[in-house]
Amino acid sequence: MPESYVELYFPVFLQVLIAMAVAGGMIGGSYLLGRKVKNRIKDTPYECGITPTGSARGRFSVKFYLVAMLFILFDIEAVFLYPWAVVYRELKLFAFVEMFIFIVLILCGFFYIWKKGALDWSQQERPPEER
Amino acid sequence: MSQYYTATDHFVLVPAIMLALFGCAILLFDFWVFPEPKQRKWLLAFLALGEAFAGYGLWQQHTYIAGQGIAELTAFQGSLVVDGFSLFFNWMFIAAASIVALMSYRYLEVEGEHHGEYYSLILLAQCGMYFLASGADLITLFVGLELMALCFYIMVGFLRSDKRSNEAAMKYLLLGGFSSGFLAYGFSLLYGLSGSTKLSEIGVAIARRDPADPVLLLAMVTTTVGLLFKISAVPFHMWAPDAYEGAPTTVTAYLSVGSKAASIAFLLRIFLGPLASARAAWEPLLVFAAIASLTVGNLAAISQHNIKRLLAYSSISHAGYMLLGLVAGNETGIKGVAVYVLVYTFTNLGVFLVIVALRREGLVGDNIDDLAGLMHKSPGYALLMLICLLSLAGIPPTAGFIGKYYIFLSLIQAGRYVLAAAAALYVAVAIYYYFRIVRSMFMSDAEDAGAMETTFGVRVAAALTGLGTLGIGIFPEPFLRFAGQSLIR
Repeated sequence: MPESYVELYFPVFLQVLIAMAVAGGMIGGSYLLGRKVKNRIKDTPYECGITPTGSARGRFSVKFYLVAMLFILFDIEAVFLYPWAVVYRELKLFAFVEMFIFIVLILCGFFYIWKKGALDWSQQERPPEER
Repeated sequence: MSQYYTATDHFVLVPAIMLALFGCAILLFDFWVFPEPKQRKWLLAFLALGEAFAGYGLWQQHTYIAGQGIAELTAFQGSLVVDGFSLFFNWMFIAAASIVALMSYRYLEVEGEHHGEYYSLILLAQCGMYFLASGADLITLFVGLELMALCFYIMVGFLRSDKRSNEAAMKYLLLGGFSSGFLAYGFSLLYGLSGSTKLSEIGVAIARRDPADPVLLLAMVTTTVGLLFKISAVPFHMWAPDAYEGAPTTVTAYLSVGSKAASIAFLLRIFLGPLASARAAWEPLLVFAAIASLTVGNLAAISQHNIKRLLAYSSISHAGYMLLGLVAGNETGIKGVAVYVLVYTFTNLGVFLVIVALRREGLVGDNIDDLAGLMHKSPGYALLMLICLLSLAGIPPTAGFIGKYYIFLSLIQAGRYVLAAAAALYVAVAIYYYFRIVRSMFMSDAEDAGAMETTFGVRVAAALTGLGTLGIGIFPEPFLRFAGQSLIR
């Protein structure tokens, strides 16, 4: 049993030191050994190999953010399925009922955003009574 | 029923299940069963039904605990606990949510933002409060807190076309998220110190430690900061005036009583539970926060012209009084905090109700001048406002006197004479700014002649808050006995 905080956290400290050394070594090594070519093409942002077009300050439709947020929400809900699947055999019927309730609650939310038109990409104007 | 979900677990969870079930049902029924704007009163009826079912579940817990003569009933391996404390606060949340829902119907119509989601958010926020009052596990408490806070972030920004409401929601969201971060950091340190998320086991582990342990101090300070944010105590009060002013008035009412009461319950659970043995370390912090809240809250309220802002500062100063009860720390003090929160719930709802009732087409009603001559226009509401303001100031025979009396008594019993004197002096300041409103109502002439338009729901809510404020002041014994049972051991 380690006695003090210093002893307890020494491995963590060591790991931080190694991580910094590896990262610094890689960057420093390529800086010292690599050839330095500077031109305009090389300074452009990397866009998966496609030539960048336009400014990054352009305006996006707010729908992108809405869909992105909804995606993250449902994505995170899906993450809960993994630990559930791991312990399913031990918990038996309880796990089944529990997940059933969980899925029903998620479907409530899904049904809600669907009916409210949050998933409807082509919709231009919301109906007047909803403002 | 299995070993993971026993009959006791279900029994303890019933009120929360009902709140969540009806909350989700309202969300779906809003566009599914009752899509017409005129049918929204059915959503209100569903909310009432949900509260009734939750209340029935709570009543069963109440009679069971009293009948068996036990102090507490734990469920989910000690994550949830039903005791006098949780019952006391949960009854209060039911009353607060019901009164807020009653006064909201017409207000939202006038604001033109009447949506079914509002009622569902009220219930879901209350579900979070349920877990805050009866949680006995860091994770349960944190999830309950976030459930409540997320609902409030949405409700504060409910007036979507109003810039102030949007700004208030944004500020509240950012500062609320920031404070939750502090709290989560403190919780992670508490877990690291004890190896458990159960409050009782954390208490045992902390009692064995040296109170001057730096890690323990860090855990305690970060937890305290997060909790003080939630009850809007100085120096973490900055969000309150903006959020209170920008939010729809009904939401401000719910925020100022529901969220604050739940956060106080949470704070008491943490400080009287796991952190009780480290009292020497956290007491100076709370004394500072309490005195600072009294000073800033009372002095800043003097110069406000907007009633909602004024009440926000007054609510900050009331948080200071509640903290003083905890500082005194004896039985009277804890009982005093419980009574104080109950009294504050009814009284503050009454004040906000009058502001809500004033709102109509062309009159916002949140300026002190909007109340001018209210005595001549609608004496009933002027009287309700007077009673509630007297109660906020703490003048007998209203309920506020009982609350303040027990706080001061506990401070004197604990030998904290300086604190008691300072707190009593601030009452004088408070009377000044509360009576600015009274003077405007009774001594000035009405600036606009339009009559108040009220509905049945608003009148019922007015009667409930008025009865609560006067009733607790005149017949305090049953409430004091109830609060006495709520002591955390």
